[in-house]
Amino acid sequence: MKIDKNTINKIARLSRIKLDDKESEDYIKDLNSILDWVEQLNEVNTENVEPLSNISSSILPKREDVSNDTNSSEEILENAPDKLEGFFAVPKVVE
Amino acid sequence: MNNIIKGEKHDWEMVIGLEIHAQVKSNSKLFSSSSTKFGSSPNSQVSLVDAAMPGMLPVINKYCVEQAVKTGVGLNAKINNYSVFDRKNYFYADLPQGYQISQYKYPIVGEGKVTIDFKDGTSKDIRIVRLHLEQDAGKSLHDQNPSKTYVDLNRSGVALMEIVSEPDIRTPEEAGMYISKIRSILMYLDTCDGNMQEGSLRADVNISVRKPGDEYGTRCEIKNLNSIKFIKQAINYEAKRQIEILESGGTIEQNTMLFNTSTGKTRPMRNKEEAHDYRYFPDPDLLPLEISKEEIGKIKSSIPELPDELKNKFIETYKLSNYDASVLTAEKKTSDYFNETINSDSELNNHAKIVVNWITSELFSLLNKNNQDLNNSPVSPENLGQLIKLISTNEISGKIAKDVLDDMFSSGKTARQIVDEKGLQQVTDQGEIAKVIDQVIADNPKMVEQYLAGKDKLLGFFVGQAMKLTKGKANPKILNDILKQKLNKKN
Repeated sequence: MKIDKNTINKIARLSRIKLDDKESEDYIKDLNSILDWVEQLNEVNTENVEPLSNISSSILPKREDVSNDTNSSEEILENAPDKLEGFFAVPKVVE
Repeated sequence: MNNIIKGEKHDWEMVIGLEIHAQVKSNSKLFSSSSTKFGSSPNSQVSLVDAAMPGMLPVINKYCVEQAVKTGVGLNAKINNYSVFDRKNYFYADLPQGYQISQYKYPIVGEGKVTIDFKDGTSKDIRIVRLHLEQDAGKSLHDQNPSKTYVDLNRSGVALMEIVSEPDIRTPEEAGMYISKIRSILMYLDTCDGNMQEGSLRADVNISVRKPGDEYGTRCEIKNLNSIKFIKQAINYEAKRQIEILESGGTIEQNTMLFNTSTGKTRPMRNKEEAHDYRYFPDPDLLPLEISKEEIGKIKSSIPELPDELKNKFIETYKLSNYDASVLTAEKKTSDYFNETINSDSELNNHAKIVVNWITSELFSLLNKNNQDLNNSPVSPENLGQLIKLISTNEISGKIAKDVLDDMFSSGKTARQIVDEKGLQQVTDQGEIAKVIDQVIADNPKMVEQYLAGKDKLLGFFVGQAMKLTKGKANPKILNDILKQKLNKKN
């Protein structure tokens, strides 16, 4: 698989990142070299090897179902560029 | 049940599958300790995890996992010892993480099935593909301001169970019965509160049409329906729309639709070609979820009697019809009420059908009329039991019993109190009834003549007169018998 201009544009759009032409070229180069490296890994025979989902052998930690009663509103909205009566205000999302 | 829709040109059949989103009834969210309480002030229940502040890590709620397993057992489904949380990536203002934590390849619950019961006594199985755990998103308000959307993250991160069915459903009615059945199972299990108005239970509907027996057609998905009425309306509208397109030679475009509840129409959401590229991958913040056989066994043993088991028990113990039994068990509060009523007096065991009728028609209609719920019915099961016993022992007539129930409902008195206070006991004394009839005959000689001359319809008149004199308390059967005897003797 090779990354081309179209692919890089699609990834940028999905990530909501604006790239100029120079940046696009750089990313195409970077991503292709990463993919080449992954291609190289593919040469290793992994038949009959279980996929590794995590390098830690510990088990998923779980918590009890206890809720805290703090009112988060002020803290959560502190960095919001725009707010109204406890709500975040964002540019209109039209469906 | 007839599944065929007559088109202009030929017959059509609907093929429907449902994705139900059921909110887990828990105190705190799936991956954070924020409260899940409904209706709190905006953004008051949002932890730094829910707001996706940098460096925050999700820690799973053990109770939510158990509820998902419990629900899986209730859906007769396979519980997976190993499941994985994935990131489903998309951009939206009410999703601060930029992804939803969900399960994709390895869900916690696999294949299962539920049974729906039709009025005619037949049943049908609807197969379940899977149930997985995922996070809910926040809530957006679009219509408050022309240039802004307001976002409340209280719901963000609340645990949802997504229950996906096979496309086994063929009519809007079946779709309604299926979601009612799922709701009923969830509420018996107490894993979801089933409140559709508050959005604790909502569904996406996948629908296509085909000529009966053909391959499946191209489907459309109608998003986010939160009432059974809307589900049926949306299906009917969408099926009609698809049939019209196909019959005029067009093709169906696979699309995601929104249902407008005020016009009853579906319309396509903005074409989201890109948005469908969710780029699922295992969430590196979460280890795989492993559940041991012992844990599953422990959860299984904690499961209460479910509607289907209870239904079969009612059919066997009380000889009720499949339909009556399914109406009684549709909601836990109804089956609880029935149980308490029938167990309040051992003699009621032989009158189960009467008990069913008094609950599901008389009491339900009073509750409806007064906008009240069975959970806080002014008439307790014991009191209703007492009333039914008065009917079954012929102490009062069924007709008077309805007035007594009205009185019980508004005054809170017991049936016994009301019957005693108002002297409503049925008159079964033959001598007393005969005396009244003699008087009716003596008072209406002309009518008697006409009756004897062949005007049989007048019998009703005499019954009415006698009932009037006894204030409706005469036992109707005894009254009829004696009246006929006496009139015929005159002949």
